[in-house]
Amino acid sequence: MLQLSGNKSRADGGPATLVDLRRGDAAVLDCIDLPGEDARRLMELGFLPGARITAGRSAPGGDPRVFQVDGSEIALRRETARRLKIRPDNRPVKAARPEKAPRPR
Amino acid sequence: MSDCGSCAGRPASSVPDVPGGAATPADAPKSVALIGPPNSGKTTLFNRLTGLRQKVANFPGVTVEQHTGVAELPDGRAIDVIDLPGVYSLSPRSEDERVARDVLTGRRPGIPQPGAILLVLDSTNLSRHLMLAAPILALGVPTLIVLNMADDLRSRGGRLDLAALSAQLGAPAALVSARGGEGIGEVLDFLAGAMPKPLPRQLPVLQDVPKCREWAGRMGSAARYRPPIPPKWTRRLDSVFLHPVAGPLVFAVVVVAVFQTIFTAAVPPMNAVRWMFDVSGKWIASALPPSVFRSLLTEGVWSGVGSVVVFLPQVLLLFLFIGILEDSGYLARAALIADRTMARVGLQGKSFIPLLSAYGCAVPAIMAARTIENKRDRTATILIAPFMTCSARLPVYTLIIAAFIPESRLFGVLSTRAAALLSLYILGFLAAVVTARALKSSILKSGRTPFLLEMPSYRWPTAQSLGLRLLDRSKIFLRRAGTVILLVTVILWVMAHLPTEGGRAPAIERSFAGMIGHGIEPVIRPLGFNWKIGIGLITSLAARETIIGTLGAIYGMDPHTHSQGLQSALQHDLTPGGAVALLVFFAFAMQCISTIAVVRRETGGWKWPIFQFTYMGALAYAGAFVAAHLIR
Repeated sequence: MLQLSGNKSRADGGPATLVDLRRGDAAVLDCIDLPGEDARRLMELGFLPGARITAGRSAPGGDPRVFQVDGSEIALRRETARRLKIRPDNRPVKAARPEKAPRPR
Repeated sequence: MSDCGSCAGRPASSVPDVPGGAATPADAPKSVALIGPPNSGKTTLFNRLTGLRQKVANFPGVTVEQHTGVAELPDGRAIDVIDLPGVYSLSPRSEDERVARDVLTGRRPGIPQPGAILLVLDSTNLSRHLMLAAPILALGVPTLIVLNMADDLRSRGGRLDLAALSAQLGAPAALVSARGGEGIGEVLDFLAGAMPKPLPRQLPVLQDVPKCREWAGRMGSAARYRPPIPPKWTRRLDSVFLHPVAGPLVFAVVVVAVFQTIFTAAVPPMNAVRWMFDVSGKWIASALPPSVFRSLLTEGVWSGVGSVVVFLPQVLLLFLFIGILEDSGYLARAALIADRTMARVGLQGKSFIPLLSAYGCAVPAIMAARTIENKRDRTATILIAPFMTCSARLPVYTLIIAAFIPESRLFGVLSTRAAALLSLYILGFLAAVVTARALKSSILKSGRTPFLLEMPSYRWPTAQSLGLRLLDRSKIFLRRAGTVILLVTVILWVMAHLPTEGGRAPAIERSFAGMIGHGIEPVIRPLGFNWKIGIGLITSLAARETIIGTLGAIYGMDPHTHSQGLQSALQHDLTPGGAVALLVFFAFAMQCISTIAVVRRETGGWKWPIFQFTYMGALAYAGAFVAAHLIR
């Protein structure tokens, strides 16, 4: 799976956020840079630090974008997604599913 | 938390009837509350349990809608069911959450504390939805955990150990499919049975969301919960509906379909209703001896109420559309696509459908604004909806345009009259946009509250849910037609027919309405209107198109214009500047008692309707004044 390639070489040098994810990219949520109440609301929807987030489809123009998190799909505007800092998903890529693994003939 | 009497210490089983704790009907709870996160299928379960025995009203003092109903238990008893708004937690931040918490804890005046709770959770997303179980179980009220959408869970390969989950939570649980009817018997058995209180369990600190989520995850693992695979059809449909090219195309088709429905498809049934009122009005007239009473009944009550009930087919078709869009899950996608555009005026994607509906009639549009959770966005949407050119303005526009604008072609294609009509639509739209911007950057500024939109899985709307929704809306609509509108039309009729002259109704000029028309003439003269138009403006408060009937009646009685048609009568009375001023006035003014009444209901008080009426009236006056002085 494509994982935040080029994340380290971002032009502005700031930490990566959800805005940097392209469709299909996944990352782990690091922290939410929003006031307590708003952060709580996001956490109730599954945006918890440590949660794995996958970017999904978006409205035309890429804003707002749907994110898959904790079993649901939640759309966020760019202005909100920008406040959710992420780090690369370090979990090993899921072991290839056995039934799909090439079998020696 | 109190203990559970004789069943304390026993793990609660997934089977609701715990022996030894049988409640006698005397102390059986009188009401049960339904609570659950949004999109958990709570309302579907509520409809299942209560069917037609339900009613909808607002909780007193707030704008949260209160659905109550009666469910019949297997033993023949009846129990009140109250459907609370969908919430993610009980922390009282939004109005919905505050109402839900207050009802559950018995702090809401006028609503006795429910004796039991049905906690409705989506079993296909259990780990997250279980977070709500912590604050609910902490209340210590007998609770059944309803794991809804069990059919989906199974068909997508998920599973869980019901008994283990129930034991972990210390409360009974049931796998239910509210749509299919599976497990409803268990819910009813729970309500008829002993209803044990939840056993004291270690619950997480409710303020700590990560801890709550961790706890919910533990509960899920203990129940050996295996989440289902992602919904295949939802992914497939989203690849079309949220496709960069196909998505906006589908959206455009939906918009055109809604527009067509309110403008074209609704016309034959509306004509049928109008015909029914005409025929029955004549029948009533022929059945009664001529008298003031007959005149009041047929001309006042019957035609007044009829002129509002005519819009019922339109309201129903619109809500059928919105119901299908919302229940199927497409509405969330439409809101996503529209969000960027709506954000430009400070609103959001969910405002789009209500504003579109307002081109039919502002009343259902304002009721449809309920789908907007953000209260400020909802208020702003309600406040600008009446600027959209509703179908009641159309006959007025058509009459005045036909009387004053000669038919010719602009640039060889567009007819001048069509162009005039189109510019009035644009004028209303611009007023809405400017007002929205002004409101959202001042008194209704949303602050920095993030816009969150959950994308539910696509589902087939059920006929029951659509049917009950239409029934709800027609009841609300007809109740208003039968009360406020009835009252206003009767008052207007009385003003036009009193004081009597020798036992007969006076000429309209000498009636109270005529006196008021003369009285306000100095105020409206700068706009180019005379007292006759003044009477029309007053009667059009009931409904905009009433001005046509009123002017017809006035000119019919006026010797100078008696033989002329309404159009030429208007030409006789209005200068071109005055005609344009009248059009502008109708584009801006909030001349609609129904809208005022519905805004009061939906915003929970008189503050917003008064503000809106004043603002729109001032804008109408200023606009008409400018028009009358620019065009001479």
